[in-house]
Amino acid sequence: MHDGKRLKNGREIPIVHRVIKVHERQETEEVEVLTKGDNNYGDDRLLYAQGQLWLQRHHIMGRAVGFLPYVGWVTIIMTEKPIIKYILIGALGLLVITSKD
Amino acid sequence: MHSFGFRANAVLTFGITILALICAMASISDNFNSPRPSSEIQIKYPIDSGEIKFSFSMQVSLTMNITADLQSLFTWNTKQVFVFVAAEYETPKNALNQVSLWDAIIPAKEHAKFWVQTANKYRFVDQGSNLRGKDFNLTLHWHVMPKTGKMFANKLVIPGYRLPEEYR
Repeated sequence: MHDGKRLKNGREIPIVHRVIKVHERQETEEVEVLTKGDNNYGDDRLLYAQGQLWLQRHHIMGRAVGFLPYVGWVTIIMTEKPIIKYILIGALGLLVITSKD
Repeated sequence: MHSFGFRANAVLTFGITILALICAMASISDNFNSPRPSSEIQIKYPIDSGEIKFSFSMQVSLTMNITADLQSLFTWNTKQVFVFVAAEYETPKNALNQVSLWDAIIPAKEHAKFWVQTANKYRFVDQGSNLRGKDFNLTLHWHVMPKTGKMFANKLVIPGYRLPEEYR
């Protein structure tokens, strides 16, 4: 545990933060977890829903296992400047249409 | 078949494939590293001097001397190492509790052999009031973050700590 985990908390964007507290129940598989961004001063309770103090398993989407630098920029650019998305799709479409095979 | 579009597409695809291959090779090279990290953690005793205190909210403040040599974790493909110390203990309700007490980012091999004396950075507090007289382990965890590829994580468990019965 304690790795970077992606969480969803009722908002759109998953966040990759680190687990700093774990409380795992005897007998059952239930677990309560507190997270914090490495570069943040305080824990994530400000980011959780109103009144929520802990994350449960169903809030956790996955775990970070590695790094591919700069790959995320493709998604970010396409989200922030949608015109690039259209240009890309347009160019691909053009390629398909003009192929002689 | 020889249009600019097709050639650009071929070059781009080839380029990205090679890049992915190099990234995979860089990540695989990390497997050849056999790290031998070591660490010691002392909690400053005796408790009479007030080094371990419970506050009214059943929260523990303590001071730790953390010595560690994590230099062998660094490879050419290492961006940084994230290290943290967690207290682990069991309670009647919970099979496992892990509370992070301190963490740090080690940006380079030169900084990986260190001695630090610190109060706990994060609150040592339980979900109940089970901490009095509690036996616990201190575990040093490290996450080796690569420049590209797979991240490695491991830990060193140091058992044998106990909190005092009374609080002041």
